[in-house]
Amino acid sequence: MTQISKDDVKYVAALAKIAITDDEAEKFTKDLSEILGYVEQLDSVNTDGLQPTYQVNGLINITRDDQIIDYKTSREKLLANAPKTNGEFVEVPKVL
Amino acid sequence: MISIDDIKNKIKSGATVRSIIEDALAKIEAAKEFNAVISTLRDRALQRADEIDQRLKNNEDVGILAGIPFIAKDNFLAFGAKTTAASNMLKNFEAPYQATAIEKLEAAGAILVAKSNLDAFAHGGSTENSDFGATKNPHNPKCVPGGSSGGSAAAVALGLVPFALGTDTGGSIRQPASFCGVVGIKPTYGAVSRYGVIAMASSTDTIGPLASCVEDAALVFDVIAGRDERDSTTLKKPESFYPIIADRPKKIGIIKEYLNGGVQPEVAKSVMTQAEKLKAAGYAVEEVSLPSVSLGLAVYYIVVPAEISSNFQRYDGIKFGHSAEERGDLQELYGQSRDQGFNAENKRRILIGTYVLSSGYIDAYYRKAQTVRTKLINEFTDAFKKYDALIGPVAPTTAFRLGENVNDPLQMYLADIMTVSASLAGLPAFSVPAGKDQANMPIGLQIIGAQQSDAQLFSLAKQIEELNRG
Repeated sequence: MTQISKDDVKYVAALAKIAITDDEAEKFTKDLSEILGYVEQLDSVNTDGLQPTYQVNGLINITRDDQIIDYKTSREKLLANAPKTNGEFVEVPKVL
Repeated sequence: MISIDDIKNKIKSGATVRSIIEDALAKIEAAKEFNAVISTLRDRALQRADEIDQRLKNNEDVGILAGIPFIAKDNFLAFGAKTTAASNMLKNFEAPYQATAIEKLEAAGAILVAKSNLDAFAHGGSTENSDFGATKNPHNPKCVPGGSSGGSAAAVALGLVPFALGTDTGGSIRQPASFCGVVGIKPTYGAVSRYGVIAMASSTDTIGPLASCVEDAALVFDVIAGRDERDSTTLKKPESFYPIIADRPKKIGIIKEYLNGGVQPEVAKSVMTQAEKLKAAGYAVEEVSLPSVSLGLAVYYIVVPAEISSNFQRYDGIKFGHSAEERGDLQELYGQSRDQGFNAENKRRILIGTYVLSSGYIDAYYRKAQTVRTKLINEFTDAFKKYDALIGPVAPTTAFRLGENVNDPLQMYLADIMTVSASLAGLPAFSVPAGKDQANMPIGLQIIGAQQSDAQLFSLAKQIEELNRG
């Protein structure tokens, strides 16, 4: 069975940008080991000659004309949901 | 429960639409203890009611659903109340635009009165993962209503409104419909536009109605289905979904793997009873084996978390949604906002998804799962060469007790074992009421069709409904 370590969980959480606590890491180590243990049954399935499927209803390359669509919303409405704004801008902590 | 016709008749005999909407809002208030509803849209709904009353007075054509109140799961974007997805991440989110499904229903005269409870971000099968408290089953408040569209199913079962909208990614319409004794429609992938609905797993997310009877579900589905420029996965709508029993599928397969051990005996028995009734009505019914459906759950719990981990990168604490008080640097802001805004099940799925997509594991987990998915699809395709429809249970059990599975994520996932395969293959699958167990809890029958056979499935569902009326 897949053995997931607490360090594995912390590494994955860092990739997913979730600052989990040590207690959470402990709990998710057990949960993930169980779930990944369950899905491991797929290892033994013979899939020779088969390709993966990512889209199921057969539509491919759906395009539209490159023109402006009126989405009936506004800059104000969109900015109103941002936790921190500055004038017409969304504010983020200093990056550089 | 109430039907669309019940309301139409009231309006015909002189009731104002305003009184219909006030009545629905009063019922919602009176049923508060079930926690089926997160928010009501009183002002907006009453304003629309007055508009429709005025237009009816002027003898204008108001649409096929004129004055019919409905509820949408709170992952549909709508004006008039916050759209929360039952998550703390979005508890203050005001939709800047609306879902296509809601706009279409309102264009047909229906009136959105409330938003229903769900597992936060639709992650769950019991509505216990809601950050706004669990919903209770109308048939027994000690039991779960199923999930994740548990609030929508409970609202219809309680008779608050004749229909509600839900979303189904792996069973989230069918399983609560089964647990609450209502009709639940998970259509062909792409049949209904998902524009304005909060994404979970993009390759299996679908939208459909929950209703008190098949005809109402078909009527609503007829309004919401069809191609939408704003969702490139949508399909062209056939002429009508209205159920016509003469057009019903005639050869039916019972999925053998769904009746193996682990199924509550009364649930298995109900499937056999339905099969006997169908035989007596002239259908050819026999068992069919689809070995790969047993692998569906393992495929699902790789593919869906993978897509969740990707879709959920948008919750960054910057553009919208919960943002940590302590902002720190950019990385800290992301990390803290996401840790605080997501609940344990959201995180669990994001972590699994990130793991199976991470360098070194993507082939072993994600690509392997997507390849087994092909095998599963091929088995369904072969089965539909021989059968017009497949039947089986919706879930291994009837509604379980609140709290029974909350500490065991894998056990909770197993409740989805009979619904996920149709999702992975993009097939239409409905839950139709099919009796009750000894504890008087509802049992649903699952009917599954080939892609884009939704219309025929409605006809079969209608037939089953009539046979069960006796």
